[in-house]
Amino acid sequence: MTRSLTGSASAGPSWYSGRRPLTLAILAMGGEGGGVLADWVVALAERAGHRAQSTSVAGVAQRTGATVYYVELFPPAGPDDGPAGGPADQGRPEPVLSLFPTPGEVDVVIASELMEAGRAVQRGFATPDRTTLIASTHRVYAIDEKMAPGDGRTDSAALLDGARRGSRRLVAADFADIAAQARSVISAALFGALAGAGVLPFDRERFEAQIRAFGKAVEPSLRAFAGGYAAAAEQPPPTPRNSQQAVVDIAIGPRPRTAEERKAEQEARRSRIAAADPAALVGPALRPLARRVGELPGAARSMALYGLVRTALYQDLGYAERYLQRVARIAGRDPDPDGTAALTTEAARHVGLWMCYQDTIQVAHQKVRAARMARIRTEAGAEPDQLVAVREFLHPQIDEITDTLPTRLGAALRRSRPFQRLVRAATGQGMILNTSSIVGYSLLTTMARARPLRPRSLRFGREQAAIEQWLDVAAAAEPDLACEILRCQGVLKGYGATYAHGNDSFAALLRAARALAGTPGAAATLAGLRAAALADEDGATLRARLAEAGLG
Amino acid sequence: MAERSFAAEVGKLRHGAGTTLHVEGILAVTKALLQSGVAYVGGYQGAPISHLMDVLGDAREILDELGVYFENSASEATAAAMLAASVHQPLRGAVTWKSPVGTNVASDALANLSSGGVTGGALVILGEDYGEGSSIMQERSHAFAMKSQMWLLDPRPNLTAIVEAVQAGFELSEASNTPVFLELRLRSCHLHGSFVATDNRRPPLTVAEAAARPVRDVDRIVLPPASFRHEREKLQHRWPAAVRFITERGLNEVFGNGRADVGIIVQGGLYNTLNRSLELLGCSDPFGRTRVPLYVMNVTYPVVDSEILEFCRDKRAVLMVEEGQPDYLEQNLNAILRRADMPTALHGKDMLPAGGGEYTSQAVTRGLHTFLRRYLPDAVTGEPALLRDTDDTHSPFATAVEPGVVRPRPPGLCTGCPERPIFSGLKLAERQTGRHHVSADIGCHLFAINAPFDLGATTMGYGLGSAGAAALSSPDSQRRTIAVMGDGGFWHNGLTSGVGNAVFNRSDQLLVVVDNDYAAATGGQDVPSSRAASPTRSTRHPIETAVRGVGVEWARTIDDTCDVAGVRDAFVQALTDEATGPKVLVMQSECQLNRQRRVNPERAKAIKEGKRVVRERFGVDPETCTGDHACIRISGCPSLTITDNPDPMRTDPIATVTDSCVGCGVCGANAHAAVLCPSFYRTDVVHNPTRRDRFLAKARSWWIGVAGRGLERRAARFEPPGAQTAGVEPARVEVAA
Repeated sequence: MTRSLTGSASAGPSWYSGRRPLTLAILAMGGEGGGVLADWVVALAERAGHRAQSTSVAGVAQRTGATVYYVELFPPAGPDDGPAGGPADQGRPEPVLSLFPTPGEVDVVIASELMEAGRAVQRGFATPDRTTLIASTHRVYAIDEKMAPGDGRTDSAALLDGARRGSRRLVAADFADIAAQARSVISAALFGALAGAGVLPFDRERFEAQIRAFGKAVEPSLRAFAGGYAAAAEQPPPTPRNSQQAVVDIAIGPRPRTAEERKAEQEARRSRIAAADPAALVGPALRPLARRVGELPGAARSMALYGLVRTALYQDLGYAERYLQRVARIAGRDPDPDGTAALTTEAARHVGLWMCYQDTIQVAHQKVRAARMARIRTEAGAEPDQLVAVREFLHPQIDEITDTLPTRLGAALRRSRPFQRLVRAATGQGMILNTSSIVGYSLLTTMARARPLRPRSLRFGREQAAIEQWLDVAAAAEPDLACEILRCQGVLKGYGATYAHGNDSFAALLRAARALAGTPGAAATLAGLRAAALADEDGATLRARLAEAGLG
Repeated sequence: MAERSFAAEVGKLRHGAGTTLHVEGILAVTKALLQSGVAYVGGYQGAPISHLMDVLGDAREILDELGVYFENSASEATAAAMLAASVHQPLRGAVTWKSPVGTNVASDALANLSSGGVTGGALVILGEDYGEGSSIMQERSHAFAMKSQMWLLDPRPNLTAIVEAVQAGFELSEASNTPVFLELRLRSCHLHGSFVATDNRRPPLTVAEAAARPVRDVDRIVLPPASFRHEREKLQHRWPAAVRFITERGLNEVFGNGRADVGIIVQGGLYNTLNRSLELLGCSDPFGRTRVPLYVMNVTYPVVDSEILEFCRDKRAVLMVEEGQPDYLEQNLNAILRRADMPTALHGKDMLPAGGGEYTSQAVTRGLHTFLRRYLPDAVTGEPALLRDTDDTHSPFATAVEPGVVRPRPPGLCTGCPERPIFSGLKLAERQTGRHHVSADIGCHLFAINAPFDLGATTMGYGLGSAGAAALSSPDSQRRTIAVMGDGGFWHNGLTSGVGNAVFNRSDQLLVVVDNDYAAATGGQDVPSSRAASPTRSTRHPIETAVRGVGVEWARTIDDTCDVAGVRDAFVQALTDEATGPKVLVMQSECQLNRQRRVNPERAKAIKEGKRVVRERFGVDPETCTGDHACIRISGCPSLTITDNPDPMRTDPIATVTDSCVGCGVCGANAHAAVLCPSFYRTDVVHNPTRRDRFLAKARSWWIGVAGRGLERRAARFEPPGAQTAGVEPARVEVAA
């Protein structure tokens, strides 16, 4: 068999000698302005004499789904190429541009959100040998991340690491925030980042001229553009490397910190203060108690101080003292008091949370705090003298009301038919309360002031007994298991039916903990069961796991 | 009125000969129709050709000037039947729809049309919804061309080529008395590029003039004996005429012939992808100067035997690059080569992906590489990274982001969508009535099949939600079946295929018609029940009146779907009512996407004019929310999401409402109807307050200061200075009322 390639007919300058379009992919979600961004890039390039082509996949992707816009820009003809001179079959008068991004061959990827940046790497659009990846670090959570009863979020740090490892150069910033500051949209900030990254052969004026030519919301767009530009310009390209190593040896530069990391740094600062001067972290009335926190392991003091303030505010100084005693009881069994003190920290966290269970008094108190009213104004973007009404959607159940009342009265009312009818009439369809009105605010502050009644209430007695029982089980267990038992408080969340379900799950977990005590791998098993309890709303996963473990 | 306005772009349709137009594919097609002297246009919207209908709608003035008749057809069948105008009269007509679903609907009319044949050019523009982003079953339109013997054009994805294909399509249709399909792939419809315009042409004969002088020829009617003659005509006259036109006009193209003794045959629509693959392998350049001979089929049906044989004559092997399955073209080529006893080896789906799926740059490059490595290894001078194994560090897929870290992001209902509370309400109703079989339909409401609603078991086609529930709605069943249908599907065919059928068969089903004022899923086009007045169409025909008209006795209209409790109660009543026969609930609320587009400018104007305007949005109290996300599980609204817990003691994320909230009220209604938590609140911000407002603001602010002072003072004893236990930034605290 002969293999023949006839004639010398060489093609023109090829892909590998640099005669190729500049390729740009935009990964966005429907409705984020990815299409406008692609249009801007195309118009900008066309004005500069480039041939530009863009495509997108619209359809259902427009409705909040992930979508890819793809742009190719072909620079003006050089001396040795351009329209083919030969016979018609020797080529086209204009460059043939592709409609698909080719994995490994994309020069610039713009991801409008962090998980989309991860998707760009996963699909091979962003690659370490070629791509400048411009990514916004904010998260727009996918539905299955949002739905989980616990924390279903994917790891942002893993996404950011992937984005860095999967690109030649990563330009990352919270472009959504930059856009919000400018009261504009993310596409304008990303357009700025594209200009600031200097990856397209056009200067800043041309970019800005495009925004002006577009003619809609020009000033906010230019502000967002400037913010995006500055953020990208702060992140210059890595210094040239040995071309042999360029692909393998990826320079690990500093990467932007995630929100979780910033939070952790703040906590570390606080922990140092808590260890040295615990009284500085509480109000004047709590200082004597705060000094006693100094007796707890160093690593747990910050959490214990949070708990102290919380319990005091929730009830009174005596309640705060009781909190401290409960934590100290567990702290006495901490195997690592000079290290992480995980057992004490978890005790400080979960005892505090449980002792401040969300009853009607607590909710009313939270609703009327000055800082809350101020926060709502900021959130709504209200001017200082602008009228803002805040309406609460409340739906107090008979049980929730009677639980708050002194035990005898509560029990009597719970049985009373007329009372039941009254509550149903008032709140059966739910009530909308205007907190910002004189009547509404007075009602809620009165409720918040009912705090002294709480210790005599039905629910208070029940909760304290349950807490003691829980701590007994934890105190009797070896430390690893104890830590997991304390964490089981985390399933007690929500209101109404969700709360009732949490109670059922907790009871099942505590039974399991008792059964597991002393068995090998008990802590890990209980941790698994707790995760199962948060996996769904109807408890099916937990029941299945309990049955698997022979605990059902 | 459609979601996207082309009012600015349609001006470009007026440009005359010599102007270079930089536009999207859809606008280029519209311009090409006008340049071809088209007399009438119709169609049914659907991605990816929705914008073609929208452009035509916005171009009314230009169409009127040229005497072009335009109709928003009720369905694809309607549009196809409209081409009847070209049967006897020399009128050029074009219709468009999404394919293959639209072609399925149209096929009755198309079969009749193609049997009798046409006198004037008849063009069907197909928006081929195949591959990434497609919303429908993955099938090929090719089969329709084969079975009805209509010609199929598949031009290169280049605006000049597409414009020329429109013009050539009309001529081919007239030369062969056969209607012609013009297939535009998803990405070609949204392709931005440029082409040089020619002048628009007024149709030599307008529809009004044609109607004034009726023509009739019984030989063109599908009835024996003419119908038998039609079949012979197709083979003996129309096919040869088409082949003659295609070869004489050189509609298919050959490149680089003679440069090698192997070749590639490619569908026109895949040409750009193929050239990119050739570039990556070092066999071509950006201007398509290929070293491997190519035969580009800009007409994929009929296949021109003589051109295939001519191309293959000096080739050892040929690769057929054909997207989708079955491999109709490859089979056809095999038959042609076999009949001619030609020894050329033919490859195709043995080297390229056979299991279906879009022919992306990656898929074609890999298949082409296999072919060239076998037959022409010297030509392969480039090795793009995508050819490497995924465990090779240089592979573009090597830098692994753990698969589980990147989650799927399926399309869902928009922020503030009024369809969301319908499904929230149904989920709540099912807590009382038990689970029901739900027959879904095509439209935005189909997103309810995904999380968090997980409602809907089958979908049988547009407007067929009710029909899909027919068997399971027998009067004997104890549990009532629920059918869902949108207003788009209802007017498309659902009124007869579903409602009429249910009445006639005494079905016991509950039909929910989602009446949001527009055919929303396809881009917000008007339908007969749209409540806005339209200058060109007759709207405001209520759905409830229509269903009563065909005999439904139990019908109710819910005019605010955001009232979740009301929706829930309506469901419970409809599912438990003793009445026999079909029950119809019309769930009425305007599509939020279109509403915002309408309302936003009005509100901005009112605020500017100093009128009192109240802006509403929802919020969640971070202190009160315990992070159980029950609210998200019955909503799924994009603006109801999660955020870091600001409470240092808690770890699970809490619910939050983002700035994109449009204040539809469903969060509050859900919190009530489902007895959720007390964390939700609504903020009403008053713009341009009246004197009463200002007085009220002062009085309230004073009272809140007084009544809250004691609580704050007490808190200050326990809380560290300037901070709050809940971890709210201290800076925000000082703004107290």
